Amino acid sequence: MNALYLTLLLPLSGAVLLALITNPALAGWLNIAVCVSTLLAAVNMALGVLENGPMLTPGGMFYIDAFNVYLVALTAFVGVTTAIFSRPYMGYVLGEGWVRKGRMRLYHAMYQGFLTTMLLALTTNNLGILWVAVEGATLATVLLVSLYRTPESVEAAWKYFVLCGVGIAQALFGTVLVYFATANVLQAPDIGLHWTELRAVGAQLDPTVMSIAFVFLLVGYGTKIGLVPLHNWLPDAHSEGPTPMSAVLSGLLLNVGLYAVVRIKMLVDPALADPAWDSPQLAGHLMMGFGLLSFLVAGLFLHRQQDIKRMFSYSSIEHMGLMTFAFGIGGPLATFGALLHMTVHSLTKSAIFVTVGHATHIAGTQAIEKIRGLIKTQPHVGWGLLLGTAAIAGFPPFGVFTSEFMLLTATMESWPWLTVALLTGLAIAFAGLFRNLHPMVYGNIPEGQVPVKANMLPVAVHLLLVLWLGLSIPPFLAQWFDQATLLITGRHFL
Amino acid sequence: MADLLTLNGWLLALLQAALFVAGAPLLTIWVKRNKCRLQNRRAPSLLQPYRDLAKLFRKQVVLAENASPLFRCAPYIVFAATVLAAATIPLLSTNLPTAAIADMIVLVGFLAVGRFFLALAGMDIGTAFGGMGASREVSLSSLAEPAMLMVIFTLAMSAQSTNLSSVVQYLYDAGLVLRPSLLFALLGLLLVAVAESGRIPVDNPATHLELTMVHEAMILEYSGRHLALMEWAAQLKLMIFGVLIVNIFFPWGIATELSASALFIGLLAVTVKLSLIGVVLAFAETSLAKMRVFLVPQFLNLAFLLALLGALSHIILEVDI
Amino acid sequence: MTIAQYSLSEQAVLILAALVLFTSFALLAQQRMLASIHVFAWQGVLVAASTAMIAGVYDKHHLYFSALLTMGLKAMLMPWMLRRLVERLGIAHQVETVVRPALVLLGAAALVVFSYYVALPIEKLSSLSTRNTIAISMAVVLIGMLMMVARRQAVSQVVGFMSMENGLFFAAVVSTHGMPMVVELGIAFDVLVAAVLFGVFFFQIRDSIESLDVDRLNRLSENSEITGVRE
Repeated sequence: MNALYLTLLLPLSGAVLLALITNPALAGWLNIAVCVSTLLAAVNMALGVLENGPMLTPGGMFYIDAFNVYLVALTAFVGVTTAIFSRPYMGYVLGEGWVRKGRMRLYHAMYQGFLTTMLLALTTNNLGILWVAVEGATLATVLLVSLYRTPESVEAAWKYFVLCGVGIAQALFGTVLVYFATANVLQAPDIGLHWTELRAVGAQLDPTVMSIAFVFLLVGYGTKIGLVPLHNWLPDAHSEGPTPMSAVLSGLLLNVGLYAVVRIKMLVDPALADPAWDSPQLAGHLMMGFGLLSFLVAGLFLHRQQDIKRMFSYSSIEHMGLMTFAFGIGGPLATFGALLHMTVHSLTKSAIFVTVGHATHIAGTQAIEKIRGLIKTQPHVGWGLLLGTAAIAGFPPFGVFTSEFMLLTATMESWPWLTVALLTGLAIAFAGLFRNLHPMVYGNIPEGQVPVKANMLPVAVHLLLVLWLGLSIPPFLAQWFDQATLLITGRHFL
Repeated sequence: MADLLTLNGWLLALLQAALFVAGAPLLTIWVKRNKCRLQNRRAPSLLQPYRDLAKLFRKQVVLAENASPLFRCAPYIVFAATVLAAATIPLLSTNLPTAAIADMIVLVGFLAVGRFFLALAGMDIGTAFGGMGASREVSLSSLAEPAMLMVIFTLAMSAQSTNLSSVVQYLYDAGLVLRPSLLFALLGLLLVAVAESGRIPVDNPATHLELTMVHEAMILEYSGRHLALMEWAAQLKLMIFGVLIVNIFFPWGIATELSASALFIGLLAVTVKLSLIGVVLAFAETSLAKMRVFLVPQFLNLAFLLALLGALSHIILEVDI
Repeated sequence: MTIAQYSLSEQAVLILAALVLFTSFALLAQQRMLASIHVFAWQGVLVAASTAMIAGVYDKHHLYFSALLTMGLKAMLMPWMLRRLVERLGIAHQVETVVRPALVLLGAAALVVFSYYVALPIEKLSSLSTRNTIAISMAVVLIGMLMMVARRQAVSQVVGFMSMENGLFFAAVVSTHGMPMVVELGIAFDVLVAAVLFGVFFFQIRDSIESLDVDRLNRLSENSEITGVRE
């Protein structure tokens, strides 16, 4: 339990501390140190949960079970690797004079603030606090998106702020409705938003209210996931913010949105199972619909991109759509696949954004048509980008292939016709990625293009992990996913 | 005594209408006197409008060369329509034989007839001002009338009737109930009343400013008894809206039975309420500036919106599911 | 049970709720910057007043605190901040043209009807006298959203955003007599931070496009030329 509080307090105090440190070089190192200690605390907590099972803090404020513990560990882990990338990268940004020193303080403090809100959203047991934390994550990142103060980045940040603000307001309305539904069932008002309490009385909640609440919550948190048609902010925010931010936004924030939706689906499903209610699968079907739409639309948009970061952010939308779809199907196989996909997508996508950061550094632009011949200029970066893209496109033997294979099998089992749509979508996305990728990694070196100092360690670690997950899932992780699957679907997968 | 009064219901109704018509100039001068006092001017006597009317009735009528018979008929039609509209409104008592025809939509109809002929008469001579006034009047009323009807529907939803007497009776019986729909209906009706009776900030009855006048522009060519009738009809209109507002929204004191004491209390109550609303109107007119004609549609849209909100809030808040 | 059977203070709550809805319409129609900030402040006052009223009627003491919080935050602090900002930005007397105002207002009325139908099954479950106001609060949220869509001025969009927050708070108060205190404090904190950030953004936007007309923020779109020339 102490590990839990440590996991939350470390980044919070890190945020305060980093806000005071004026020396950017020191702050970069300190940022890594805070992230590493957070990771240690998170792993410690994860091991505890692995041994002793789900943990509910006294008063019911925090709840850790198999579903969120691995996301906590993943968040802390990606936090560390991105911090390692961010230190030299932001040094380069500072050296180019794109940001002033004072803003580096903001950057580092908000980096930790963002991690705090993410971890809070994942660990809290209170649906209201979940909302507060997700909104807090927007607030923490919005100033980072406009860090460079270019007209484009200010526009992207404003869009991000306003669209997510509007979206997340719908989620709060949904939360109020959930609280309303429980007020009729639970007597003690203070625990009326506690997920564990709601889970215990799930079947007694009124299906009408819960279904309306779910629609509002799906729209609200769906904006955060980047589901089409609520996705407009996402490519802008990803492409205009500093690259480390793109990595954590894509790798972590979207996951948290999806995490919230799945948690709520777990409450809504028992309520909708009421015999008097005529569409028990409403939540799942809505998620499948939105997910599939996002998956296909984002795949098509991949073809039109001219900006490398925009392209990969559409790829994020595509994968989030796929996961939403899979959680919507809901069987043990689909859920297991979706959990695995969440992990491998986070690892791969943050690795890609790190590589993209180096690639744009080399080329001096984000325009795809001006990035050429990366392998010849700097083989590490070129191969990193090639392998990362291959992994995200679902090539074997990477983990994404495994999870996508599971999802396809699950779809085949329950919705055979949709397999066609999924396969088409995968093919479209694959084509969209590779038609742009090929000239970037191969091709001729433009004049004056020279290698830069690049730290490819985070990329290598992430891609190796993804490779490992593709070849064999370690038993403890499989056990975790299985426990989470049991929680979400009520059945074991393994 | 009570029996006698019941038998003479029709007579009473006639008396009420006569009182209405006779009292109308009094309300106008009451507002004017209050305004004068607020603006530190010497106030005219309470009898001044009667003197004016009497003088106009004595004077010779001067007609334009190209005036058609319509021009000559219009004052009588306008006055008659307005008097009939006034006759439908319960002034002292809700329980008169005229209650059967006292429908709010009929009231709007009478007012529309009056306005129609007023606008025709304004255009008849063919002067620029008359046509301008008529076109303004018609375009304003095309916005004011829907708002007025919306107010009526809002009231009708609460009282389950469009009959004025029933509405007043219903609200009187219900006692003090704070209804959101009535609040919005009242605000909407206030705005409509200001526009329809040509008061500031929509129109200024005291001036003949060529750029802004609406009502005065239409009756510019009238003289003598014609002008008297037109003026009187305008005063009646103010009275109609005043009585509507006080008797629907604040029905306290109105007579629900035909006894002499109840009628006396009714008369007293309506006098007090009307004089209060006169003071309010004088205050409002003194503190507000006349708005530009182009802004008047917005003003009336607001009235419509308020009335619509009244109807919506009745459905949402007041009806049980 | 009709309205006549409620106590006078319950009726007063309904009146206040209706007035909150009216202020939402007024916000939507108001084109003057300062005036709309004032209307927003009045909305906060009305929401706070109805919260205090409900606290009195149902004897819920923690709602007095929520009412106080709303009064301080939504009716005083934020309007004051917004007012100071627009004065410093020199746009206090700016008049914003709303495209097709009548259409927007009709749209808002349609949203009210929509909220009524959505809230109908929810209201059936409640026995509180305030249950009918759930539709009103939902309408306030949706009208706030409409305002953010219909307006082109960054400040108006923020006012719309804040009035959405008012609607959400109002929803919590009328449907369940307030959220748990810790959640309410968290939300208030978020809203406060958001307000400060909005202030920062006004200056950033003005510096980048020399206006606060959000329509001119149009560099990023699918068809635009390459944007991120920076890195």
